[in-house]
Amino acid sequence: MTGWPASALAGGALIGLAAAWLYLSLGRIAGISGLLAAAVRERGAPGVPMLFLAGLAGGTLAGAAIFGYEPLPAATQPDWLWPLGGGVVALGTWLGSGCTSGHGVCGIARGSGRSFSATLTFMAIAVLVATGLYA
Amino acid sequence: MALVAGGLFGLGLVCSRMVDPQQVLAFLTLTERWDPTLAFVMGAALFLSSIGYAIARRRERPLFEAAFVDPPRRPIDARLLSGAGLFGVGWGMTGYCPGPAISGVFLLDERALLFFAGYLMTLFVLVYRPQKAPEAV
Repeated sequence: MTGWPASALAGGALIGLAAAWLYLSLGRIAGISGLLAAAVRERGAPGVPMLFLAGLAGGTLAGAAIFGYEPLPAATQPDWLWPLGGGVVALGTWLGSGCTSGHGVCGIARGSGRSFSATLTFMAIAVLVATGLYA
Repeated sequence: MALVAGGLFGLGLVCSRMVDPQQVLAFLTLTERWDPTLAFVMGAALFLSSIGYAIARRRERPLFEAAFVDPPRRPIDARLLSGAGLFGVGWGMTGYCPGPAISGVFLLDERALLFFAGYLMTLFVLVYRPQKAPEAV
């Protein structure tokens, strides 16, 4: 444990609150991959996806000012790993209709069997891959 | 409203340290130094979102819109599970899922910038790829 249980709980609560608020106020699911795909298609005045992403940017910068951002010493990964991983995540979340937020936080809370099985699947595979690469 | 939700989400990602892919990998990598931080974050997030959805179930409509926009009900199919599996591969490789990657871009973390470049290029191809013409009836 790197020693941040309180900030982990507080940060998680903020994320859950954000998801609850987006659904209660506008009836929308706070799934980042879905909002991003919708934002890319937006034309004209910014809609819910673009506004959410703008808020995400603001919240991130405010968070960095309040809590600071000190990354842990990283494993040595080659540069190409990042764009490749980004491409795989984009394709996977497109096919699987969601990511950690849409399936893991919103879908499970909605009681969706699809989201529950998707979350179990990506969690298990991610643990296998990360453990294989970095253990 | 969406701006506020995004703002809370971004604050939460930084506060919980999920913007650091190494923090995520510390959870996904099973070693004697395994770090449960991500489980606390997910647990707290699920607790709050479940309360929100439970309140929503008692309501006819959201506060500021005419109707809740729910994803269509579909069965658990191969497309869902293969997509989730692929996502797991990318997540396990990098420690980035879409939310923290976007946050990382705004913190100018080089890893997030590279990841997001690959993500956006792929997304643009998927969104704007030539569609098969509808079959003539």
